[in-house]
Amino acid sequence: MSDSPYVSTTNACKLCTPLGAALAFRGVEGAIPFLHGSQGCATYMRRYIISHFREPMDIASSALGEKQAVFGGGPNLKKGILNVMSKYGATVVGVASTCLTETIGDDVPRLLAEFRKEFADLPLPEIVSVSTPSYSGTHMEGWHAATAALASQLVREKLPAERRINLLPGFVSPADLRYFKEILADYGVSATVLPDISETMDRPALLDYEKLPAGGTKLADIRAMSAALGTIACGRAEHTAESAGANLERRFGVKNIRVGIPIGIRETDAFFDALEELSGSPMPEKYASERGKLVDAYVDGHKYLAGKRAIVYGEEDMVIAMVAFLAEIGVKPILAATGAKCRNFKQALAEVTADLLPEPPEAREGVDFHDIAEQASELAPDLLVGHSKGYRYAKDMGVPLVRVGFPIHDRFGGQRLLHVGYRGTQALFDLLVNTILERKQEDSAVGYGYL
Amino acid sequence: MEEAIFEERRDQIHRTGEGPFALACNRDSLAGAVSQRACVFCGSRVVLYPIADALHLVHGPIGCAVYTWDIRGALSSGPQLHRLSFSTDLQEKDVIFGGEKKLKAALLELIARYKPNAAFVYATCIVGIIGDDVGAVCRDVAATTGIPVIPVQSEGFKGNKREGYAAACKAMFRLAGTGDTAGISPVSVNILGDFNLAGEIWIIREYFRRMGVEVVANITGDGRVADIQRCHGAALNVVQCSGSTMELAQMMQERFGTPFLRVSYLGIEDMADSLYAVADHFKDRDPGIVERTQDLVREELANLLPKLKQYRKDLEGKKVAVYVGGAFKAFSLIKAFRHLGMKVVLVGSQTGTKEDYEELAAICDPGTVIVDDSNPLELSKYVKELDVDLFVGGVKERPIAHKLGVGFCDHNHERKEALEGFVGMLNFAKEVHASATSPIWRFVPRREAMAKANATTVARRAAGGEGL
Ligand code: SF4
Ligand code: SF4
Repeated sequence: MSDSPYVSTTNACKLCTPLGAALAFRGVEGAIPFLHGSQGCATYMRRYIISHFREPMDIASSALGEKQAVFGGGPNLKKGILNVMSKYGATVVGVASTCLTETIGDDVPRLLAEFRKEFADLPLPEIVSVSTPSYSGTHMEGWHAATAALASQLVREKLPAERRINLLPGFVSPADLRYFKEILADYGVSATVLPDISETMDRPALLDYEKLPAGGTKLADIRAMSAALGTIACGRAEHTAESAGANLERRFGVKNIRVGIPIGIRETDAFFDALEELSGSPMPEKYASERGKLVDAYVDGHKYLAGKRAIVYGEEDMVIAMVAFLAEIGVKPILAATGAKCRNFKQALAEVTADLLPEPPEAREGVDFHDIAEQASELAPDLLVGHSKGYRYAKDMGVPLVRVGFPIHDRFGGQRLLHVGYRGTQALFDLLVNTILERKQEDSAVGYGYL
Repeated sequence: MEEAIFEERRDQIHRTGEGPFALACNRDSLAGAVSQRACVFCGSRVVLYPIADALHLVHGPIGCAVYTWDIRGALSSGPQLHRLSFSTDLQEKDVIFGGEKKLKAALLELIARYKPNAAFVYATCIVGIIGDDVGAVCRDVAATTGIPVIPVQSEGFKGNKREGYAAACKAMFRLAGTGDTAGISPVSVNILGDFNLAGEIWIIREYFRRMGVEVVANITGDGRVADIQRCHGAALNVVQCSGSTMELAQMMQERFGTPFLRVSYLGIEDMADSLYAVADHFKDRDPGIVERTQDLVREELANLLPKLKQYRKDLEGKKVAVYVGGAFKAFSLIKAFRHLGMKVVLVGSQTGTKEDYEELAAICDPGTVIVDDSNPLELSKYVKELDVDLFVGGVKERPIAHKLGVGFCDHNHERKEALEGFVGMLNFAKEVHASATSPIWRFVPRREAMAKANATTVARRAAGGEGL
């Protein structure tokens, strides 16, 4: 249950389920995200996503009106899919339900089966569907559920084994994904990164408006997931639904290794260990060197950070990863908060801080910013770590905010923010130290020019 | 050829000068067409949101509230309650057993915490489906707390933004006429349909002050519940943007006999005309008002026009696409661009009416494309085809323009620059100029390709080749 003592929600620290699904679908080549519901939801989510990525985000909607809400949205769903086929030339349509269509009881899988039969004479796209009512879950459930739907609905048969690795990266930035792909390439393995928004949500300026942005996981690579040596699934938070990795393991015996989002040395080591285990290759020198430099930076910077108290908030996997990182550099995470609820939040926080902190940070789930702020006033933090929505609270508390994750819509370049691996950790470490230095400088009457 | 256009939408697009004017509008958005439109709830939220001392509680699952958290630039000179995002965050069991109990508890909790002067409860899609009696809960809570608690019937699927405006007007109309009107000047107005984006209503209020007009209520920018309660004491309603608060003005005319004037504060003529119209309305009651208004306009223009001229030099002949929420704003924009020497070649809105579009067609240059309820495919098609230099729209249109290497100017509710009034015209010109003349455009692939094509032609001509 929620850790909030209140009935009402004030400034939520979460987003709704279909948003996560729409973004995940955006990470598949030739796919168009399609929300089965009324028009407003899709438009609001587009707006929200655009303000972070500063990229076009076309989400189709079945645009249900009053009549359809009463008599069922089937006809609009079918017509909508035909429309995105003809105008967008989508090869994959990712259908996510909304609160409305879940409540009126539209049976989307059945409607889609009907659709496939009715229009069997047309070259139909792959249609993947996922159930995403926001009254049970957050955008992260939506992301993971859509990823699982892609794996369970598109990977249909066991393909002959290949030197291939599946990576389920979790909800990380395009910059993170590009780095992940670089690592996989350096290990000399073929890879399926699912989903992959590294190109679709961070595009160059072009001659033309792309109906479907180039990039994204290729359909063939998704199908080949059954041929992989194993799956590395990033993100420690456990949700109830079967994950993509678990699904592939159950159906095709593809070994599934769960690690955290690799931020910080220990979590990144675990990620590289998994890679080494599956690929049978040792860590390339390049990464050993990145790791060594990161350790060196830790040493050079530790005194600036020693004993600083941080409040971390946001989506659960990112919070757990940031806590793991902060704990190992001597920053004390005093509160880890998320608007979501998952089965193992507290336990995961305890695991990643074990033997680093005398006790894990206080963990709170299902809370909003009102709850977080209320508690923060007693905690006297030195900084906040999380997405943009905490800005006003940080300002009120008079402490700096270190922006990570999504959404970052009061700064430029959220899509280029690197969090993961030794390189991402290095970037975050520098950012943290510099944030502290800047504050020190601002607070100093002398205004030291050497720090 | 025109593969970007959906067959079903052909009659929602018109090119002026090509055949008699007929444009279909006010239709449901086409499924699968990626409309730029939002929903009924969005319309209500836009209008009511700036009432700063009211509690705005969104009754539904979390999304609707979270996506509207402080996204607008409506400023308040006092309370900031409107900038928080309140929701009942309905969970599965509420959906099954009904959300009334949760709504009531949430309202009581929030009213006790924030002591607002009124509360608005927005019904979202799902509330319409599960059938919560929002009205009954509101009555109940109003009786316990002693403040007005007003349901806003804004279930998203019951139409588009326009219906949301109507729902908002109905909600506000329940406040109007409930306050004391003693001491209100006979030369007084309510400002309707301005949302105080980036402090714009303060500019307009200052003009009215200089004219000697009392402003009773801001509806709704920098709005206060008590002012709206006594707004029926004002002698005149000035209504900006016909889309959003026209209905309130009409209801007030019927019930209280308050006359109204349609105005616009965008651009030079529209701003001046609006002030003159108000002065004209009061000239019998206050004979000096016309002269004071003339002085005001003269002063402002003397300051503005020379500055505009400088910008115009660089902007002359550039082409603009305008795609906005309400059509009314588009009129003013077309005129404003003429002052900058620029030409609007595409104009459209999410929610225009037949009359709006007819009027638009009448003031547009021949060949202008007019669109209703458009989408990224159409908009990008026309941006290329018409070779637009600048796009005016909202957040969702920005990446369309930017991807095609076209300048963009934010003219919706999220803008952080005041664009109204004479000073707003200057800000607008500055922004347009800054974008349209930036050196960055030469690096954009489309411009590079065009420059290359040009260079080849020039070279060919110089060599005495074809094309001479
Ligand atoms: S109805 Fe559900 S899906 Fe739509 S915006 Fe609200 S929470 Fe999100
Ligand atoms: S369409 Fe309905 S559920 Fe979606 S944002 Fe609008 S009110 Fe909320």
